[in-house]
Amino acid sequence: MPIHDQSYRRYTGEKRPVQSAWTVIARAGLMSFLSRKAFLGLLLVAWIPFIVRASQLFLASNFSQAATFLAPSAQTFRDFLGQQGIFVFLITVYVGAGLIANDRRANALQLYLSKPVTRAEYVLGKMTVLATFLMAVTWLPAILLLMLQIAFSGDFSFLKANSSLIASVTLHSLLVVIVITFGMTALSSLSRSSRFVGILFAGVLIFSDAMFNALRFITGSTAISWVSIQASLDQVGDVIFRQAPRHQTPVAVSFLVLLAVVVISASVLERRVRGVEVVA
Amino acid sequence: MPLAHEPVPVTRYPIPGLIPDSRLPTPDSRDPVSPDPSSVVSLDDVTVVYGKNEALSGVAVQFPPGAVGLLGPNGAGKSTMIKALLGFVVPTRGQMHVLGLDVRHKAQEIRARIGYMPENDAHIPGMNAVTFVGYCGQLSGLPPVDAMQRAHEVLYYVGLGEARYRNVETYSTGMKQRIKLAQALVHDPDLLFLDEPTNGMDPKGRDEMLALIHDLGHNKQVNLILSSHLLPDVEHTCDHVIVMDKGRIATQGPIATLKGQGGSVFELRIKGDLPVFLDVLRAEGLEAHGTDEDVMRVLVPAGRSARDVFSLASTHGMQVRHLRPSVPTLEDVFVDAIEGGGRAHP
Repeated sequence: MPIHDQSYRRYTGEKRPVQSAWTVIARAGLMSFLSRKAFLGLLLVAWIPFIVRASQLFLASNFSQAATFLAPSAQTFRDFLGQQGIFVFLITVYVGAGLIANDRRANALQLYLSKPVTRAEYVLGKMTVLATFLMAVTWLPAILLLMLQIAFSGDFSFLKANSSLIASVTLHSLLVVIVITFGMTALSSLSRSSRFVGILFAGVLIFSDAMFNALRFITGSTAISWVSIQASLDQVGDVIFRQAPRHQTPVAVSFLVLLAVVVISASVLERRVRGVEVVA
Repeated sequence: MPLAHEPVPVTRYPIPGLIPDSRLPTPDSRDPVSPDPSSVVSLDDVTVVYGKNEALSGVAVQFPPGAVGLLGPNGAGKSTMIKALLGFVVPTRGQMHVLGLDVRHKAQEIRARIGYMPENDAHIPGMNAVTFVGYCGQLSGLPPVDAMQRAHEVLYYVGLGEARYRNVETYSTGMKQRIKLAQALVHDPDLLFLDEPTNGMDPKGRDEMLALIHDLGHNKQVNLILSSHLLPDVEHTCDHVIVMDKGRIATQGPIATLKGQGGSVFELRIKGDLPVFLDVLRAEGLEAHGTDEDVMRVLVPAGRSARDVFSLASTHGMQVRHLRPSVPTLEDVFVDAIEGGGRAHP
């Protein structure tokens, strides 16, 4: 008898319920990006604004002279999330462009979908990868800032005065993450080239914003801000933080635009994520 | 959790009632039509339409346990059938059962119990071989530790043990074929779908792949369905064949039976116009196909003999220079099924 039989052997161990396949996909995706030095570098850079803001909170809490012009408010957190927009963009392009495009290039979809993995689980697993990293540069640092503020000041007076801040930060982060994740995942399913998808994503954001600015210049009004995805996110974000909307567009319209992005993206994913591509 | 591996059992053909195995198929109570319990796959009047083209036309067939070849020329509907069985393509009509489970209602349970080796190059990008196969094991329901151990074992089994830490994207075509087999095997499926498994392989690699498939089907008792347009592949690895043509089943049965039934095969060399004589033979109900400039193989149905061939040659002014009884091959069965409509093998 051989010491180790290298032939094919039966497996009689336990198998897990098939409903958790999306967690396997998400975990593999997260580990894949976290093992890249360039991506870790990007994540570190994305936390530099957090360090700056934390320093601001420290100074405001410990030096009365600084508190006069550095004192935090709800606006501080709104501004912080706005500043993170550039990192949201970079991480979305870096992580999201290849999420499905690379699988399409390698014909991996038929492998995934020949396993006990539904199309919804596959998409959910892929979206979780991007959404997790986006939350890591929006919601997580914002909430940590809030906790640091409490720690530096030594009381809950700021939180009591801004009782809706945790909800606002969470809601705003979720809004950005959901809209961007749906949009990018849908774009990623449209091509086999992650490079093309990245350019397409940048193009959609920049083109819609450029169109808004051009129309604003022509009409002299910001009522047309709904043509820009970024402007719509800003508009709804202002309302979430209970601030005056920055554009003249009704908030409901901006919200409907963002909802439309999600619905259209879901529709694209439903059509594109299939085990076999039928060209009639 | 202990790693649960044990030697290969005596048999794993899923014949309900014969084997006390909880993983065997259980009849689906929602099924209006129960499949034949002795078959691993059954199709009943299945039609698949791509645009205006009917890729499968009312296919009704049962795949018995063991190694079954799905044979047919390119475009016959073999891959479409497999994709329909996997749930990738939804038939416009008909019912399909895999391991006793209805494909429409139990697709997930079926996929947990089958392995699929696709026809074209396919892998998960950015992974080395062992990570890729382990990942596929996890997707199929194995715990991470077991999946990784199975990945190592299966990669050794398919001959990629030494290359298991290389990125899959750097693999040669033959290695990619092997790793597709490994990912299909890692979770120990009850049924394997192999779609053109020797595509693009060099002769040595092809022989090794066929040896693996033969081993799986005969020594490891894995049920498998091998789709191929290459007759030697099917003949070497399978016991049973289903021949498809233009979206329909042309013929089916055990290879030995198909080769041994329905008359004799002769190798014939003539002097004269070979294409004309081929037409003459076919018009007389003898299936024939040219194999060389002046050589043909003639399938003479039961009840007729070589005398009929001589008689026809004489009538049409052909000289028979050579006539030798030949051993029927799967190619004869295939040609008869595709070109002759199965006249020699009714």
